[in-house]
Amino acid sequence: MPDTSTTSAAVPSGATAGSGPAATPVLDVRGLTTHLGGQQILGGVDLRIDRGEVVALLGTNGSGKSTLVRTLVRAVPASGGTVNVLGAPLGPRVPWHRIGYVPQRLGAAGGVPATVREIVISGLLGPRTLRKPRDWRARVDAALSEVGLLHRRDQAVSELSGGQQRRVLIARALVRDPELLILDEPVAGVDQPSQEAFARTMTALVARGVTVLVVLHELGELEHLITRTVVLRHGTVVHDGPAPRAARGHDDPDHDHEHAHGDPTLAPPAVVLTDHPFCEAD
Amino acid sequence: MDQILDMLSTPLMQRGLLAALLVGIVAPVMGTFLVQRRLSLLGDGIGHVALTGVALGWLVGAAAGVTPVDALAVPGAVVAAVGGAVGIEIVRERGRTSADVALALLFYGGIAGGVIIIQLAGGQSSNLMAYLFGSISVVTTWDLVLTAVLALVVLGLGVGLRPALFTVSHDEEFARASGLPVRLLNVAIAVMAALTVTVAMRVVGLLLVSALMIVPVAVAQLLTRSFVTTMRLAIGIGVVACVVGLSATYWWDVSPGAMIVVLTIAAYAVVATLLPVLRGRQGRRDPHPDLPADVVLEG
Repeated sequence: MPDTSTTSAAVPSGATAGSGPAATPVLDVRGLTTHLGGQQILGGVDLRIDRGEVVALLGTNGSGKSTLVRTLVRAVPASGGTVNVLGAPLGPRVPWHRIGYVPQRLGAAGGVPATVREIVISGLLGPRTLRKPRDWRARVDAALSEVGLLHRRDQAVSELSGGQQRRVLIARALVRDPELLILDEPVAGVDQPSQEAFARTMTALVARGVTVLVVLHELGELEHLITRTVVLRHGTVVHDGPAPRAARGHDDPDHDHEHAHGDPTLAPPAVVLTDHPFCEAD
Repeated sequence: MDQILDMLSTPLMQRGLLAALLVGIVAPVMGTFLVQRRLSLLGDGIGHVALTGVALGWLVGAAAGVTPVDALAVPGAVVAAVGGAVGIEIVRERGRTSADVALALLFYGGIAGGVIIIQLAGGQSSNLMAYLFGSISVVTTWDLVLTAVLALVVLGLGVGLRPALFTVSHDEEFARASGLPVRLLNVAIAVMAALTVTVAMRVVGLLLVSALMIVPVAVAQLLTRSFVTTMRLAIGIGVVACVVGLSATYWWDVSPGAMIVVLTIAAYAVVATLLPVLRGRQGRRDPHPDLPADVVLEG
């Protein structure tokens, strides 16, 4: 098991922007392996992400992309390798308050009702913040405006559509004002207005210099933002490089992404993942 | 009116009502977190373990020759309940599938252990009845003080740390990704639930304590859309049920715990029946009027 990633020296927290090769990577994963239920899901993943990058993590179902991001946020234990996040090894020393995580789904649906605002408030908490900070109202409202759901603030999340619920989860991550945003399939099965709202939100964040790692099934509305794609297959990285060339019609700079994803001949998602020119054949 | 004043001037009822008031506030606070975590039956498991604690306290009390012989019953229950709750939490954290089996083991082991130990201590199983079903006649001033202190601890933590406890109950994965001390918060919830069980033991009894934690929340969530409102409304329902239910036992010779729980369940039945009638019109509203139709119906 490679266990050599002691190269990332301690870095003062709140390090300023700068993405030279010498700068500490935002994320440094080496030889990461993960087992779930006795089965190996990740088999030695290496991944380095520098400040300001917008990395799309692609792969078919079962390729390990969700497991990878869930390992990065400690939802799944790593069984080997090393992970450094914002200069600290995975654990309590990671500055978790500078990281925003958007899981695939709203957890614990049912149970006791909760409003949109209550869910977003939970994003304000961190290792040393167990109570709401004083300026919580303004910050929660700002995050909700950013995803276009301010008017839904006092509604129960269970009353929202799936796409709106996903936007609430994004607001919960944004309210932390993160430097690193980790999103797990934020647009899978999401209605068109929510997809467009999501793309607008992401554009604003990337302009602000937020580093993004996003698990996707297809590049879709985010295509123009992605600076690099990493493709996983059977728990290993099979492609790490520039974003794949857009399908016909999408590479025109004047092409506007207002269309619905209707025509499968233009952008077949399965083809992007498996028959992509950068991907090696099995 | 005179009868109510009579009741209020009885020291026994005064202590009982004060205890009932505290229990009516604390149990729903804790219950809101447990329902949120889908651990509605945790209180039951803890209650059963607490019975063994009661018996152990009795045994130690008998061996040490303290008077009355059950003076250590409540402290014993506190220790056993906290131990049992933390045990359940550890099992839950390790793997969710075996959590219900662990709960079952606690249920049965707790009752059986309690009965055997109380007999070893020279008592009868019937000595446990007051703890199983609650009896305000056994509420002493010392019990009341202990109840008040424990209630304040649970209330202080439950309300003071509400955002953090909400977060960890709602989405543990996100809580971990946020860097929250997830294990500490989970253990805190388990310990608070255990303290609540022992606080409520004297008033509603160990067999029904869980009902007082869960049913008011079940009623409240029929009517609310936010977590905080649910908790507040559940407290209101809990307090009314406890005070009214206990007062009723002044005139009718019934178990206070059973009376209180029957009241909360009646509230549930009434609200659940009336709700569809009240919400009839709202139900037909489109919940997402701003979403464009994605299918065009011809003709």
